[in-house]
Amino acid sequence: MKPAPFDYHAPQHLKEAAELLASLPNAKILAGGQSLVPMMNFRYVIVDHLVDLGGIDDLRGIAVGDGRLRIGAMMRQRDLEFSPEIARHCPLMSEALHHVGHRQTRNRGTIGGSLAHADPAAELPAVCAVYDAVVHIASIRGLRAVPFAEFTTGYMATALEPDEMIAAIELSLWRNGHGYGFHEFARRHGDFALAGAAALLDIGADNVVRRAALALFGVAEQPARLDAAEATLTGKVLDSTAIQTAAAAAWLVEPISDIHAGGDYRRHLAQVLSARALTDAARRAGVDL
Amino acid sequence: MSKRATRISVNGKSHARVVDARLTLADFLRHELGLTGTHLGCEHGVCGACTVLVDGRSARSCLMFAVQANGSEVTTVEGLTPDDGLSVLQQAFVDNHGLQCGFCTPGMLITLTELLRENDDPSEDEVREVLTGNLCRCTGYAGIVAAALDAAKRLRGGPGS
Repeated sequence: MKPAPFDYHAPQHLKEAAELLASLPNAKILAGGQSLVPMMNFRYVIVDHLVDLGGIDDLRGIAVGDGRLRIGAMMRQRDLEFSPEIARHCPLMSEALHHVGHRQTRNRGTIGGSLAHADPAAELPAVCAVYDAVVHIASIRGLRAVPFAEFTTGYMATALEPDEMIAAIELSLWRNGHGYGFHEFARRHGDFALAGAAALLDIGADNVVRRAALALFGVAEQPARLDAAEATLTGKVLDSTAIQTAAAAAWLVEPISDIHAGGDYRRHLAQVLSARALTDAARRAGVDL
Repeated sequence: MSKRATRISVNGKSHARVVDARLTLADFLRHELGLTGTHLGCEHGVCGACTVLVDGRSARSCLMFAVQANGSEVTTVEGLTPDDGLSVLQQAFVDNHGLQCGFCTPGMLITLTELLRENDDPSEDEVREVLTGNLCRCTGYAGIVAAALDAAKRLRGGPGS
């Protein structure tokens, strides 16, 4: 056996889970386990209690209404990848999910687990960043809603208290006909991305950008919105020069540098991938570039 | 409560055991049930050798605890194999040199079984993409991809089947 010993709890209701998390010392949540269990097998993570959220029906489901998409935290990545509702209302997420690990890990991995783990190279947090998602968090003290910009607080760090769990993720949908683009670079398909970009564009008449959102992942210590690029694009006529100018703002992000890629290379990738993501988004919004 | 009563159906047969919570599903299959066809390579979710079907979906059995599979139906490579002879996919591996040392093969077979159930006519790209989750250090994958496409053709009842 690889992991250190622990006690296992499988609550069937949200309240029961909240009570367990509030009362058990050194407890950790088990969602899909595709990042946590490797760390437990290496004994990087040693817990006294594991609270498995897999049996809680309240943490599942996809709901669309009032221009919003609400996804239960324990929805498996593969269920989202093949959800017609996600494909129709949030095609950026469908596209991003193709890049999340492998089929065998997407079958188990959850959206809530991905957000809570907060790997800087992860795709789903980038989608949440570009959508300004709201993270609904549950604990014994009740529910609270945290904007995604305040949810990730640093390298693999979040605003979650030790006794809190993600209950749902809520996105404000963009109008039908918006453009989206998602590009990442990894040495092999399914590897952690060295850099990636997610873009949304709402294009009005005469190819004028009504709204733009661009986020980088894998580049800095957490997903980063490129406010400067969005400001450059908004209200302007979209053409390939405008895209290149906007993508140049990726240079402003302070990159991480590690054994996999140096900071300068990540900066270069950030610009190239931003331009590709914006180009896809523009084309899908009907702009002839 | 570090030990839990757990009931798992494996290849159609129900097994009830009291197991340590930290026992992985892979170790449950190998040590408790003696089903050593499920191979353990890296034990941290990278190599894919230990892939099994859990309720019909491929999953790393090294990244699941047996207690999580309580009430589930698990299929291992032993469950893919007919009582006599080989399955269509297994025979295609033999015919297309889809294995050499054979260590990765159980995981490959499970992954491709799931793919072929969902898509009876996958493209080479689709086969290669799904196989990114399974590492092979012998074949260079060419024979495995050929086996998958050949098996798909035979299962569709196409020419040469």
